[in-house]
Amino acid sequence: MADTIYTISAFIALAAVITAGVRLIAGPTVADRVIALDVLTIITVSLIVYIARMSGRIIYVDVAMVYALISFVGVVAFARFLERGL
Amino acid sequence: MVWNELAGMIVIGIGVAFDFLGCLGLLRLPDVYNRLQAGTKCVTFGTCGILLGVFLMQGFTPTGIKALVGIPFVLLTSPVGAHALAKGAHIFGVKLTDKTVVDHYAEDRGNKLTL
Repeated sequence: MADTIYTISAFIALAAVITAGVRLIAGPTVADRVIALDVLTIITVSLIVYIARMSGRIIYVDVAMVYALISFVGVVAFARFLERGL
Repeated sequence: MVWNELAGMIVIGIGVAFDFLGCLGLLRLPDVYNRLQAGTKCVTFGTCGILLGVFLMQGFTPTGIKALVGIPFVLLTSPVGAHALAKGAHIFGVKLTDKTVVDHYAEDRGNKLTL
């Protein structure tokens, strides 16, 4: 029961990552690709915490927190670059 | 099955569903700004749901507390990044879709061009 729900959740998350990846590849403008990258990083944070719960390794949650902050810095840098202020 | 594991599973399921729907909106919507709205809002809520579900599963253990501490990070950083990205895209000159009714930010920028 529990394993089935875990597997279904993992496959839905995989579908979400693939959908965002399609937009990352096919985006007409630079802003589309940056948005897809932002969404992928936020999903990755949740997936890291999920994997930490599944595998029982506490240290992965620290990785997720640090990754959230670093991805924010990356997105803001891209945004400043787009408005020619970097 | 213990009750907290059941509750965590339900919340994680809701979060994963919101993640997928946000990515679907990212693929389907016609405009950069619509895509930004769909992607960022839904995915932020879904990520907070998954973190909260992990906290509900683990309880007040180190993993659960760290997952709970991760929620404000995502909630604070993601909208700020989305706002900066929308402003940057607008200044960069990304066109709006044809069905746009009003664009107040362009009117404001028409008045004064000091950024």
